[in-house]
Amino acid sequence: MPERRQPINLEVNGRTYQRSVEPRLLLSDFLRHELRLTGTHVGCEHGVCGACTVLVDQQPTRSCLMLAIQADGASITTVEGLADGQLLHPIQQAFWDAHGLQCGFCTSGMLITTVALLRDHPRPSDREIREALSGNLCRCTGYQNVVRAVRLAAERMDAASP
Amino acid sequence: MKPAPFDYVAPRSLDEAVAALAEGGTDAKLLAGGQSLIPLLNFRLARPALLVDLNRVAELAYVRPRNRGTAIGAMTRQATIERDRALSEKQPLLAEAIRWVGHAAIRSRGTIGGSLAHADPAAELPAVAVCLDAQLGVVGPRGRRTVSADDFFVGYLSTALLSDEILVETWLPPLKPRTGQAWLEFARRHGDFALAGVAVSLSLEDEMVADARIVLTGVGGKPVRAREAETLLVGGSVHERASAAAEAARSAIDPDADIHATKEYRAHLAGVLTERAILLAHERSLSRAPAALDVRRALEGMSRHA
Repeated sequence: MPERRQPINLEVNGRTYQRSVEPRLLLSDFLRHELRLTGTHVGCEHGVCGACTVLVDQQPTRSCLMLAIQADGASITTVEGLADGQLLHPIQQAFWDAHGLQCGFCTSGMLITTVALLRDHPRPSDREIREALSGNLCRCTGYQNVVRAVRLAAERMDAASP
Repeated sequence: MKPAPFDYVAPRSLDEAVAALAEGGTDAKLLAGGQSLIPLLNFRLARPALLVDLNRVAELAYVRPRNRGTAIGAMTRQATIERDRALSEKQPLLAEAIRWVGHAAIRSRGTIGGSLAHADPAAELPAVAVCLDAQLGVVGPRGRRTVSADDFFVGYLSTALLSDEILVETWLPPLKPRTGQAWLEFARRHGDFALAGVAVSLSLEDEMVADARIVLTGVGGKPVRAREAETLLVGGSVHERASAAAEAARSAIDPDADIHATKEYRAHLAGVLTERAILLAHERSLSRAPAALDVRRALEGMSRHA
């Protein structure tokens, strides 16, 4: 069956891209294969594991459950967009300091999910943290240090905000 | 796991969408939020020849008052509904249940219309729509019709929608005075599909139940109305009859077993949740407190007892 490529324009981590994509190309594969932004990880490819979570127009989104063609005109933030040069984002630093990861496969999704959580709820309770992270699977840590890392990030970011 | 090839159109208006769907025939599929359809495409369980993407049809995304009730466009995101405070005061059951739909990242994309049209038997929104007596607006090449939520859900993943029709709107009637509602659900992990869930709406007159709706999810092929339980509650005192009503609901269902729960466990769970939801809805109908305020307490009650 003929499948026409269609042009898309989008912004990823502040940079504008123009590409032509097959309609069936998932946003997750577009980011990884076309833009070579391999920080977004692909785990289950059906929306369960959360590893591929990115921000689409500021909203946390499963990039495996969205077509690249649907991101035409969108502004996307991936894990590569969090750090400021060599300076880690406070959430990344907190994950480092609290040992909120082991193998790191799930970490980019955890970080992006946490960015959205702390933006909307700067002082979440542990219950809110656990609920927010319930869509992100980690097979190494048992989640205890992930929750600690999010709490640490919340405390630091809240203390630093005016 | 990658989708099989398909053609793709993203119409900008409802008229264009109806035309594109008609032209695509039975090999065409509508794409709303994609949180159920894209997994099916990725697994190649669905292989449509044409996807008609509704995400650019701006006229289908709205929440507005109409005929004293609330009209919600089919492409309204679940996250938008979740954040809408005015709506949550008017429709506390919807507000309480929507937080159980998937995870935050699912609700960012997922839409109310997509969830209703997909009709997953363990989903929240179909049960909520039936409980609230929602009227669903449907548009196709022959014009517009309205289907009550009670008639909309036909069976497992199937609805009254014809292959060339689009669900465009959910209209929710206004709540009667002294109405209390509750959504309770148990899942292995917050955001997973419910092992069982229940929606209850009770309206009081002179301390008696004048109107009751009880709808279960996850225990049948479609939302299950516990009609016998509803009848038991009407005209009586809730405290005297809650337990009998829950038992009536439990014995009326015939849930499937799966890897997560046996038939017996699911039925038992449904009965327990129904009794608690009846009591919670009753308490709220007395206090008329917005459901959202009680959500945390209900959740904590769940994790203590469940």
